[in-house]
Amino acid sequence: MRFSTPQDFNQYISSLPPSAARRLWVCGGPGCLAQGAEKLLLALRNEASKTNKDVSCQLLAVPTGCLGLCERGPMVACQPEGYVYEKVKIEDAQEIVVETLISGRPVSRLCQDPKDPTASNHPFYLPQKRLIMRRFGRINPDSFEDYLRTSGYEALLSALSIGPLEVFSRVENSGLRGRGGGGFPAGRKWRACKDAIGAPKYVLANGDEGDPGAFMNRSLMEGDPFSIIEGMTLGAYAVGASMGYIYVRHEYPLSVERLKLAIKTAENFGLLGDDILGTGFNFNLSVIEGGGAFVCGESTALMASIEGREGQPRVKYVRSVERGLWEKPTLLQNVESWANIPLIVQHGSEWFKQIGAPNNPGTKIFSLVGQVKRSGLAEMPLGSIIRTLVEDVGGGPQKGRTLKAVQTGGPSGGCLPTSALDLPLDFDSLPEAGTIMGSGGLIVMDNLSCMVDVARYFTLFLKNESCGKCLPCREGLEVAFNILDDLCCGRGQTGHSDLLVNLAQGIQDSALCGLGQSAANPVLSTIRYFREEYLEHEEGFCRAGRCQGLFLVKIDRDKCNGCGACQPVCPAGAITGREREPRTVKVEKCLGCGACLTACRFRAASTERKVAGV
Amino acid sequence: MLVNTPDFDKLALGEILDPIESQPANLLPMLQAIEGRYRYLPKEAMVEVALRLKIPKSRVFAVANFYKALSLTPKGERIFTVCQGTACHLRGAPSLIASLEKALGISLGQCSKDGRNGLESVNCLGACAMAPVVTVDGEVHGAMTAKKVSELI
Ligand SMILES: Cc1cc2nc3c(=O)[nH]c(=O)nc-3n(C[C@H](O)[C@H](O)[C@H](O)COP(=O)(O)O)c2cc1C
Ligand code: FES
Repeated sequence: MRFSTPQDFNQYISSLPPSAARRLWVCGGPGCLAQGAEKLLLALRNEASKTNKDVSCQLLAVPTGCLGLCERGPMVACQPEGYVYEKVKIEDAQEIVVETLISGRPVSRLCQDPKDPTASNHPFYLPQKRLIMRRFGRINPDSFEDYLRTSGYEALLSALSIGPLEVFSRVENSGLRGRGGGGFPAGRKWRACKDAIGAPKYVLANGDEGDPGAFMNRSLMEGDPFSIIEGMTLGAYAVGASMGYIYVRHEYPLSVERLKLAIKTAENFGLLGDDILGTGFNFNLSVIEGGGAFVCGESTALMASIEGREGQPRVKYVRSVERGLWEKPTLLQNVESWANIPLIVQHGSEWFKQIGAPNNPGTKIFSLVGQVKRSGLAEMPLGSIIRTLVEDVGGGPQKGRTLKAVQTGGPSGGCLPTSALDLPLDFDSLPEAGTIMGSGGLIVMDNLSCMVDVARYFTLFLKNESCGKCLPCREGLEVAFNILDDLCCGRGQTGHSDLLVNLAQGIQDSALCGLGQSAANPVLSTIRYFREEYLEHEEGFCRAGRCQGLFLVKIDRDKCNGCGACQPVCPAGAITGREREPRTVKVEKCLGCGACLTACRFRAASTERKVAGV
Repeated sequence: MLVNTPDFDKLALGEILDPIESQPANLLPMLQAIEGRYRYLPKEAMVEVALRLKIPKSRVFAVANFYKALSLTPKGERIFTVCQGTACHLRGAPSLIASLEKALGISLGQCSKDGRNGLESVNCLGACAMAPVVTVDGEVHGAMTAKKVSELI
């Protein structure tokens, strides 16, 4: 069916039959899929098909976007009641169908808090504001009808009546800032692209999500693909573009599949392609699969990659909004930025500005991972306090551990100490503290994370991902990595930390693209806040117990309750002691691997300096 | 290093490449399609791509060499991939790599002599909540330990 006027389309939307009275959603987020969500879905479908036909509700257990609490998957949600079940097993399928799907009653034993089966008071959800993720868990991401039933394409319909100029000014006035890392005002880019001369113009979506330890863009592409497409259509309409590409990371085959399907559907209904809804507006959109290179997330490298070349950045003496893809005016935004556009167009810029903080309007999806109790995706108003995210949403550090640092901004970001936990998460406060907002990755580290090792990890990542075009990044990162490796392997020397600072500043000042310019952040921020640990490494001591051979383990006899968890994990058999009695470590045998430190839940095992000569 | 494969089948190559329009911008998609079929890029296939797109072989090679998703040497039949993303690193990916290297007798990035097993790493699979993550031929296994890894083998 191809709609030839907005009126036809409008009529179709209002005549859509309502969705089934009661639906079960199995979370189809990456975490849940990996924990067997697909098999669970089959089991639920199977059980539902066994029920008598005169049962009034239908089952629509369809894989859906991420419900957020990845660690406790697979998760199942029930609409309209809103019950949330976690750690659901295939054996639970029958009970869920009988109790919840047919009778609408919660299965309390599967709820985290039996008194709160909808989890609405759960600290994970309470501080969140789910705008971009509003459809997650409520729609089948492949279903066009579901998208329409949840106000989908209302923004495009109103755009077609208010005209491109008004769409543009709503976005410009909203103060939206790019969600892909830089926080650059979207309106400025839109204006430049709108005013640029050249045809055709392109709009691009950056779905390259190269930051390791982050998956918010993946979940968005897989959880609500139409919102990105609608956002891009609005962008193309406002700036006068006729072609678009979504550049998706190679490691995300499901994102590619869902976006392609959604594009095809939109084309079939006349919402993409030539003469959209008979208005004469043309916009063709396709998906490009990346080749697996971090630097391709950088704007000019991304465009080079779409053109079929190696993804190497260029110096931006000409801005890509004026001459970008194939030398034509090009508007690039992150996929999450695009998903904001329909909301802004539909509700207006004033509405948008009320959310979040001054100069930082709206929400941001964070991917909260690392050494926290609850990992997952959390959408927070910008300006939320880091502590809220880490302690309330994430539940704080794991048992027996203490919080040490929070890393934001991906490999080019920085580490903040616990004293910075009361900083607001926005595009202006974080750079002042030596890190960046980045695309929303937030990695929590505890006392067993070594900050020198963390810096080494990111430097190795960036060294491997450096495209090799400019010298400071190619050679400088290599040298920085070698020094960090020396520090972590017991070859540290006095003065290494100062040398690193000098080197890092040099790279920062002279690298060609954003990768190199920000590559020093991990080193500089860890030295800034954790210099003591660096100095200890110069002397051959790792207090975190991460760097092999740079520490001794002692077990505090007062704290050790004799649980014995440390004994089987010791590869050297260095731990001795009888059942229910405090253990001891045989120094001669200990390899210094730290496995017992991780195993101990009672803070009894800790590190101490090696004595000279041992 | 480019590798010639004895069982390379030109007909199949046509099947893969014919649906893709021969224009230079499609270089990466073509190479990805070949990689998808053969699990690496045979030399003959790259030459064929250069011919079809009317571009120098060196450019095909440059692009093939640049992207991590493309491989110039054959991969193992069964591929173990350890996630080296930040979340997985913090939760012990390095020791998983060490134990896989030991158990398979190959080092990271290699393929065993008999071509059966390959060991690779990836920079994040987007399943960070279940860190550390190992995939075997694309199937994701979360919350891995050295013991569970040995069960996978
Ligand atoms: C090395 C490097 C990697 C980047 N990776 C990404 C990425 O994975 N995703 C993304 O959206 N932006 C990434 N960016 C930022 C983009 O260059 C660009 O600023 C952004 O996509 C613009 O969209 P926005 O204004 O909506 O954020 C990266 C930048 C650099 C320098
Ligand atoms: S860090 Fe391993 S899946 Fe993301």
